[in-house]
Parts: sequence; C-alpha cells; structure tokens
Amino acid sequence: MSRRRQELTLTIAGPVLLLLLWELLSRTEIINPIYWPAPTALWPTAIDMFQNRDLLGDIRISMWRILAGFVIGTVPGVMIGLAMGLFWPVRVFLMPLATAIYAVPKIAILPLAIIAFGIGELSKIMIVAISIFFLIALSTMSGVLAIDTQFRDVASNLGASRWQMFLTVALPGSLPAIFTGMRLALGFALIVIVGTEFLAASKGIGYVIWQNYQILRIREMFVGLIITGLLGWLMNLVLDLVERVVVPWRNT
Amino acid sequence: MSRTYANNQAETKANPIAGACVVARNITKVFSSPGGVITACKDVNLSAAPGEFVVIVGPSGCGKSTLLRMMAGLDSPTSGTLQVDSPNGKRPTNSMVFHGRTLFPWLSLRSNVAYGMQMHGKSRRARLDRADELLDLVGLGDFRNAWPHQVSEGMRQRTSLARALAIDPQLLLMDEPFGALDEQTRYILQEELLRIWDNTGKTVIFVTHSIEEALLLGDRIVVMTARPGTIADDIVVPFPRPRSLTTIRSHAEFGPLFDRIWSRLRDEVERGGAFR
Repeated sequence: MSRRRQELTLTIAGPVLLLLLWELLSRTEIINPIYWPAPTALWPTAIDMFQNRDLLGDIRISMWRILAGFVIGTVPGVMIGLAMGLFWPVRVFLMPLATAIYAVPKIAILPLAIIAFGIGELSKIMIVAISIFFLIALSTMSGVLAIDTQFRDVASNLGASRWQMFLTVALPGSLPAIFTGMRLALGFALIVIVGTEFLAASKGIGYVIWQNYQILRIREMFVGLIITGLLGWLMNLVLDLVERVVVPWRNT
Repeated sequence: MSRTYANNQAETKANPIAGACVVARNITKVFSSPGGVITACKDVNLSAAPGEFVVIVGPSGCGKSTLLRMMAGLDSPTSGTLQVDSPNGKRPTNSMVFHGRTLFPWLSLRSNVAYGMQMHGKSRRARLDRADELLDLVGLGDFRNAWPHQVSEGMRQRTSLARALAIDPQLLLMDEPFGALDEQTRYILQEELLRIWDNTGKTVIFVTHSIEEALLLGDRIVVMTARPGTIADDIVVPFPRPRSLTTIRSHAEFGPLFDRIWSRLRDEVERGGAFR
C-alpha cells in the first residue's frame, strides 16, 4: 500500500474506531445510553433538528461570527505583527501589552465586550477578533524575526528600496508563520464563540449545546457537539487549501 | 581595447568597458559587541584593475567576507578609503554571490534570477526573457519554474550566480560560492565562471579557502592573515589562459606557487585555530 493510502486509512480509522467503540458500549448499556446515546441514534435527532428547529440557521450565525471576527482580528494583527517584527521600538513598546493580554482567557473579557459593544452581534464578533488579534500579531512578528538576515543583504545588494524590501522579503518571508498563527487562531475563535454563545446568545451552535443540556435533551446536545467538531475540521481544511495557493513554496 | 594578462599576453575582450576598478586604502574594520571589540581587518590595501580576476585566500575569520561586504556597500569601513569606480563614469554596479543558501525560498528559480532586474525597474517581459537566457547559460533552463528547495545545492549555487549576473554588474563579488559543493560540480562551475568572465570582462573578486581554486581562477592571488586580517602576500599568477586544472597542474610554476601560498597560510591557520 502506498504511503498516501496508508495515511488516508489511518486518518479515517481514528474517528471510525472511536465511533464504533462508543456505539458498542452504548448499545450494550455498559455506559448509560440516556446520557451517552449511540451515534446511530443521533441521526434521526440531527435530521429533525435540521428540518424543524433551524439548526442550519444556528450553524450559519456561528460561522458568520467566527468569519467576521477572524477577518477583523487577522488584518490588523498581521499589520501590527509586521511592524513589531520590522521596527524594534514598536516591538519593545507593544511586547508587554501583547504578552499580558494574550495570556488572559478571552471569555473573561466577555462582560467588557458587552459593555463596549452592546448585547447584539457586534460584541460577539469583536470578542473573536480581540482574542485572535494578539495571537496573529505575535506569530507574524516571530515570522519576520525568523527571516534569515542574509535575505535582507541579498535584496539590498540587488538594489531593493525599503518599501521593496518589505514587499519582497518581509511579507513573503513571514507568510508561513502568519498561516501557522491563523491555524491556531481558528481553534481559538471556535472556543471563544461557543463559550460566548453559552453565556450571551439566543442563537448559534454554542447556544444549541447549552440550551439542550439545561433541559436534558442529551441527544440534541450531542448533535451540537459533533457539528462543532465538524466545523473546526472543515475550517481547517479550507485554510489548508488557501495556504496551498498563497504559500506554494512551503514544503508539504 | 585590450586587457593585459599577468603573463603579458593581450587579448581582446567582448565588452571592454564592463569592469569596475577597485582601490582599497588602509581599510580597517572594527566590530564592537558586548563580548568586546573585534578587529576584522586592519590596514588592508587592495586593488583590482578593470576586468581583473582577483582571488582572496585566507584562514577562517580573517575578514575576507567583511572586505567583500564593504565592497558591496553592505558595510562601511571603520577607517580608510574604499573606492569603486565605474569605467563609464556612471555609478558603479556590483552584485554579490553569497556564501550559503541565499536564494529566496518564496520565488521560483526564474523569479530569483529576475529579482535584481525587478528592483531596477525593468519590464516584466524583459526581465523574464533575460532570466531564461541566464538560466539556459548555467544549464538550468528546464528548472526555471522549480522552487529552490526542489533542486540540488549545485543548482541553487548556479542560480545564485545567474541572479548576480542578471543586473550586469561591473564588479562581481563572490564569497566562497563553491565551498559547499561536491568536487565534480565545483569543477564544472569553475569552468562556467571562467567562460562567463572571459566573455563579459567584468571585474571579479573571489574569496575561497582552496589554494588550487585560487590558482585556477585568479589573475592575482591575495593571501590574508588570521584576525585581524591583513595582507600577507600579493601574487601574480603566470598561467596562460584559457586554463584548466590539467594545464595549470603541469605548469612548472604550479608547485612553487602552491608551496608559497601554503607556507603563508599554514602559520596563519595554526595561529587562527586558537580563535575557532
């Protein structure tokens, strides 16, 4: 079997084995099927939720919050990160702030976000943006700092101006690190949005999980959990594809 | 227009005004770091006539690379004067083939070669055409769209050479360009370099560890001492051109010259060993 097929088989084997084990334990009632319903028993629930309870609407609104927050956080994050990497005064000035705020669990600033941006959509989008901003900035900065100084010498020797140096060395050189940051940020964004929707939303995938848990509709809760996992996986896949187009030289 | 070789034979060059003239007088370069002050080179006097091929040999850490960087304008001397003059009175151009892996990993071989021309504002069409020509010249025409990580070290080094040639510099600075290559690849690249130099008449300053390489390539060989780097010897190489390893090895002067350079270097390498 070729390496590629082995990889594919192993990739699929992990989740399938887990689901099988879960199914088996639940069907034989080794674990309580009321709290641990078998995966196959979740199908009808999922279909019902899509048909009658607008589950797609919940997914859509969570995705929108993540996406909008992601863009609002990433764009300035990359710009500040590049500035921090290129200019030491900016780096020294912002570093203590960035590392301190980076370490705060982002859900802890939800009350502040609501005070600042209201209880509507804006606070939910902004909390995603804020929580990934520092992550993106710090990884972009380390990407710039990791660029071999020889590349700067080569560019300068071949006549690059400061601006050309930025466009042709700093930016492409830090792209791999920017993508690594974005990959981590996606995970962050999902955690934060689910947490936010637990506490302060009336729609969204996090709301579905928490609401159904509170009224002990365990199957519905599980459907919400699985959908969350699938969303994370799907978003990573999309990011992989984008990366392959934007950073084609990265050895894969 | 003619050029005078060391052994007094004159030969017509394809491009008589292609080479810059370099004069370094009493160059001293001092680096200060938290660990103390390091004198990289001290009172260096060095010149290269237009179209001349000058090779610098010396032990590790003798300031050879620092000297090249100063000629390239990437560093400036602490004291002394360094003058690079263009034969046509305009601003002199130089480009450097760096030591190590310095192709931009984010550009294809072709775009790497075209990079300098892009910085100089040449049109896309013109620079890509020229890049393809140069890649053909160094035997990499079929690899123009490859990424640097996909090709061998030898191919990367040829691409670096093509990239340096692309802006048609009057002064070509080469910092141990073939040091990391296997022997066969090195022979081939040495031949290619000599052919290109012979056709273009550029001034070349070439740094190497290898005495044999110095004897094969240079019109003149400058031997440097260990840190602080100073000039220990300046030798005119009498071998006729075109040269090959076989012809220079059988030349009567080869053995004596090799010994002369090695005896200078030997003490320096042993002395310098304490630093590294």
